[in-house]
Amino acid sequence: MANSGHAAHEGHDDHHGAPKSFWQRWVVTTNHKDIGTLYLIFAGVMFFVGGLMALVIRAELFQPGLQFVDPMFFNSMTTMHALAMIFGAVMPAWVGLANWMIPLQVGAPDMALPRMNNFSFWIMPFAFTLLLSTLFTGSGAPAGGWTLYPPLSLQGGDSFPMAIFAIHMMGASSIMGAINVIVTIMNMRAPGMTLLRMPLFCWTWLITAYLLILVMPVLAGAVTMLLTDHFFGTSFFSAAGGGDPVMYQHIFWFFGHPEVYILILPAFGVVSEIIPAFSRKPLFGYESMVYASASIGFLSFIVWAHHMFTVGMPLAGQLFFMLTTMLIAVPTGVKVFNWSATMWKGSLSFEPPMLFAVAFLFLFTIGGFSGLMLSIVPADFQYQDSYFVVAHFHYVLVPGAIFAIMAGIYYWLPKWSGHMYNMSLAKWHFWLSTIFVNVLFFPQHFLGLAGMPRRIPDYSVQFADWNMVSSIGAFGFGLSQLLMPYLVWQCVRGGAAAKAKAWEGARGLEWEVPSPAPYHTWETAPDEATIIHASPTGH
Amino acid sequence: MSQTPYKPNSHGRLALKLGAVALGAFGFGFALVPLYDVMCAVTGFGNKANLTRAAKIAEHPDDSRTVTVEFLGDLPTVGSWEFRPAVRSIQVHPGRLYEAKFVARNLTGRDTYGQAVPDVAPSKAASFFHKTECFCFTPQHFASGEERAMPVRFIVDPALPRYMDHITLAYTFYDTQAPAAQR
Repeated sequence: MANSGHAAHEGHDDHHGAPKSFWQRWVVTTNHKDIGTLYLIFAGVMFFVGGLMALVIRAELFQPGLQFVDPMFFNSMTTMHALAMIFGAVMPAWVGLANWMIPLQVGAPDMALPRMNNFSFWIMPFAFTLLLSTLFTGSGAPAGGWTLYPPLSLQGGDSFPMAIFAIHMMGASSIMGAINVIVTIMNMRAPGMTLLRMPLFCWTWLITAYLLILVMPVLAGAVTMLLTDHFFGTSFFSAAGGGDPVMYQHIFWFFGHPEVYILILPAFGVVSEIIPAFSRKPLFGYESMVYASASIGFLSFIVWAHHMFTVGMPLAGQLFFMLTTMLIAVPTGVKVFNWSATMWKGSLSFEPPMLFAVAFLFLFTIGGFSGLMLSIVPADFQYQDSYFVVAHFHYVLVPGAIFAIMAGIYYWLPKWSGHMYNMSLAKWHFWLSTIFVNVLFFPQHFLGLAGMPRRIPDYSVQFADWNMVSSIGAFGFGLSQLLMPYLVWQCVRGGAAAKAKAWEGARGLEWEVPSPAPYHTWETAPDEATIIHASPTGH
Repeated sequence: MSQTPYKPNSHGRLALKLGAVALGAFGFGFALVPLYDVMCAVTGFGNKANLTRAAKIAEHPDDSRTVTVEFLGDLPTVGSWEFRPAVRSIQVHPGRLYEAKFVARNLTGRDTYGQAVPDVAPSKAASFFHKTECFCFTPQHFASGEERAMPVRFIVDPALPRYMDHITLAYTFYDTQAPAAQR
C-alpha cells in the first residue's frame, strides 16, 4: 500500500468542530458532510431493503412452480425492488457523494443552500416510509411494475395513491438536491477554479442535476395525471373518455430515459477520477470526457420511445429512435476509449477502488453492448419484455452504477474517516461481488434469448437450470454485500491513520485538506496554485 | 475567513430561476398531452379525430369493386355488459352508404352510460373509412337491464388502395358511469 503523498496544505482553520448534541449534529444539521453521511446511510439501508426484495424474487425463481409467495406478492416485490433501488438506493447515494465531495472539490465551504439541503434529505425517509407502508395495506404494495402503466396501476387499491404521493415526495427531494448542486457549482467555486479545472465528478453531477430538474417534474406530471384519472374523472389515459394509455408510456419514458443517465452519469465521473489516480497518469482526453457527458445528456432526451417499440409507431418514428439510440454509443465509446487510454502504459496498482472501477469498465460495457442489441427495432421485437432486458439493465445498474458507488466509497472513505480500511477484506468484497454478480446476471441473457418473459413468478421447466444458477448468484451477491457495512463500521472506529492524500496518484482539492476532513473546510478559499496543482489536467 | 469568494445573495436568485425551470418542466409534462395529439394528426397514425368525428362525404358509388367489412365488439371487463355486432361482416361497394348495428345490454344493475371507442384495421385503411353517423360519437345512456341496437353509418372511400379488400371495424365498449368529458 503506497501512500507517499506529500504534506497537505493545511492553511485553513478548524476553529469550531461538530456540535455535541445528537439533535444538532444529525437532525437539524446544515453541514454538507453530515448531510452527505445521512444520505449515504439512508441509501445503504434502502440497498439492503431492495436487496431483500430481490432475494424473495430469486428464491421464488430458484425452481419452477410456486413455492414461497403468491403471484400478486411476487409482482409487488418486482415493483418495490425497482422503486427502492432506483429512488431509494442509487439516487440518494449519488446525492450523498455529491454533498460530501462537491464542496471539497470546488473549494467551497459548504453547499450553497444548506437549509434546503437538510430539507431535501429529510423528505426521503418519510417518502420511503409511506411507500414501504403500502406492503401492509389490504390491497398489498403496488404490483403493476415500477413504470406504473395505466390501466393496471390504477387497480392498485389503497397502495396506488400512497405510492404516487411517495413518488411526488422523492421527486421534490431530487429537484431540491439538483438545484443545490447547480447553485454550488455555478456560484461557489473558489476563485481560479474554472469550469474546465473541475474534477469530472463535479462535471457529470452538474449535467445530471440539469437532467433532474428537467425530467423529475415530467414524472410528477405523469403520476399526477394518473391520480386525477382515477379520482377526479379526467381521461388523460382512459380510452373510454377519449384518452390514450399509450400516451402515458410516452410521457413516462420522456422522464424514464434521462433517468437512466441520471443513475449512470455520476458513475462516469467517479470512474474518471479513480482510473487516473491508480494509473498515476492524468485522465486521457479530459475535455472530450466533458463534451461526451454533455452529448449523452442531450441525446438522452430524444431516444425515449426505444422503450416502447412494440406498442405501435410509424416506421419513421422507429427509425428515428433506433438511430438516435445507436448514436449514444459514440460518446459512450469515447469515454470507454479514454478510460482504457488512461490505463495504457500507466503505472497501475489495484487497490479496492481501482478494482471496482476496472470491473465497472468491463461489465458496464457488456451492459452497453446488450443495450445496442436492444436498440435494433426488429431484434427488440424479439427481446422485448424478456429476461434479456432484465440482464441488460442490471448489468448497467449493478456492476455499472452500484460498483461505481462502491468504488467511490472505497476511494473517499479514508478522507471521511481519517483511517485506512481493511484492504484484504475490501478485496474479498470485490472478488465475491464480481464473481457472483456475473453468476447472477449473465445466465439471464440466455434465459431471455430462449424466451423467458420478465415479471413472472413461475416458468416453463426448460428455463430451470439457468434460473437456479442465477438464484445461487443472487444469494452469493446479496450475502457478500454484508461485508461492506462491517468494513465501513470498522474503518470509522479505527485503523491506520490516513494521510491527507490517501492515494499517492490522487488528484483533486479534497486531497489538499487533512484526513479526516475537518468539520469545516475551505472557509478560506484555496489559492490558484493549489487549484492548478490539484486539477485533473494539471493546468 | 478573510475572503468570501462568492456572493451569497446570488444563490437565491439562481435557485429561484432553477425552480422556475422545474415548474416549467412540470407544465411541459402536461403540454405533452396536446403535443401527442398533434403528432398523431401529423403522422396520421392513430388519428383520433378521423375515428371519432362525423365525416361529411357524398356518395360516389363504385359498384365494380367489393370490399369485406368485418365488425368486432370488445369489452374491457367481463360480466357487466354484453356487446356484439348484429352481423359479423358485410360486403360493401366503395362510395356507397351502409348501416351496421351493434347490440349492447347493460348488466351492471344500475343506470349508466357506455362509451364505444372505435378502431380500424389495417391502420392504413383508417383514413379511407368514413363514419357519417355513429353511436360512438357520444356516450350512450342505458337503463338497468336495457338492451338496444345502435347504428353506425359509413362509406368506404373509393380511393381505398386496390390491394385492400378487407377492413375491420372494432369497438371497445366502456362503462363510463357518467358521461366523460369529450375531447
